[in-house]
Amino acid sequence: MIDLSGKKALITGASGGIGEAIARKFHALGATVGLHGTRAEKLEQIASDLGERTVVLPANLSDREAVTQLGKDAEAKLQGVDILVNNAGITKDGLFIRMKDDDWDQVLEIDLTATFRLTRELTQPMMKRRAGRIVNITSIVGVTGNPGQVNYCAAKAGMIGFTKSLAQEIASRGITVNAIAPGFIESAMTDKLNDKQREGILSSIPMKRMGTGEEIASMTAFLASDAAGYVTGQTLHVNGGMAMF
Amino acid sequence: MSDTAERVKKIVVEHLGVEEEKVTMEASFIDDLGADSLDTVELVMAFEEEFGVEIPDDAAETILTVGDAVRYIEKQTA
Repeated sequence: MIDLSGKKALITGASGGIGEAIARKFHALGATVGLHGTRAEKLEQIASDLGERTVVLPANLSDREAVTQLGKDAEAKLQGVDILVNNAGITKDGLFIRMKDDDWDQVLEIDLTATFRLTRELTQPMMKRRAGRIVNITSIVGVTGNPGQVNYCAAKAGMIGFTKSLAQEIASRGITVNAIAPGFIESAMTDKLNDKQREGILSSIPMKRMGTGEEIASMTAFLASDAAGYVTGQTLHVNGGMAMF
Repeated sequence: MSDTAERVKKIVVEHLGVEEEKVTMEASFIDDLGADSLDTVELVMAFEEEFGVEIPDDAAETILTVGDAVRYIEKQTA
């Protein structure tokens, strides 16, 4: 049984589909949740829906100072962040040969550099407490690649290398660092697909369906819990069998 | 022992969990006190916090013993 009572978690990108599902799951399991996102009104809505044990922390992750401040604010307002979930991410798709520097830079900045900066900010106090959980939400395409997404795939693959290196550095301090690689998950992004695209994707998934945010949230809760104390440096794939490693 | 030395010693004892008498001015963090590389970084960060000084990486690399730390901090805070 997974229990997060008394734990304090910061979830980035909590105004998006997967992030919101993680926040709701953590809250239901007893955690106090720090909700980061860019859309403050959406975060307020989730917070008022959840009631107590919530802190709203809007921040623009493309602003480096704002990322540092987010770490400081979360640590202060939650009185110590036990669990960090780096979930926020954006896509700026396009074929490689036509990809603009700006599309590359923005995706790397938000999906990878912000993860680095925020994690650095929060790892120091975790090291002092000799305990912590860091869960990075990467993507199946960070492992398999995907045409039209060299920027996103590079950032997500980068997150996996980051996870493995950091896990080795701070394992002796009681902190685990893991990644979750979702496959196709029902979200605002996948809602935009037309029937033909949808069919094409489903045919490549042995389970013949997309995953849900709830299914990513369950795995995140497991990795964030005491039950996963001996798991570190891993990338756990939640993808209905569409790729097996 | 100076006030700085006492405070440095206290941090080292607390952080590395070593006996107080082992923490001499000549004691090397790694060779005598069993610190690993992450411990040395954490100690430097603890000194920075305790004394309100900034210890850049190139200076941190020269701090190998308890005495090195005390002397560096005393110079910065003088």
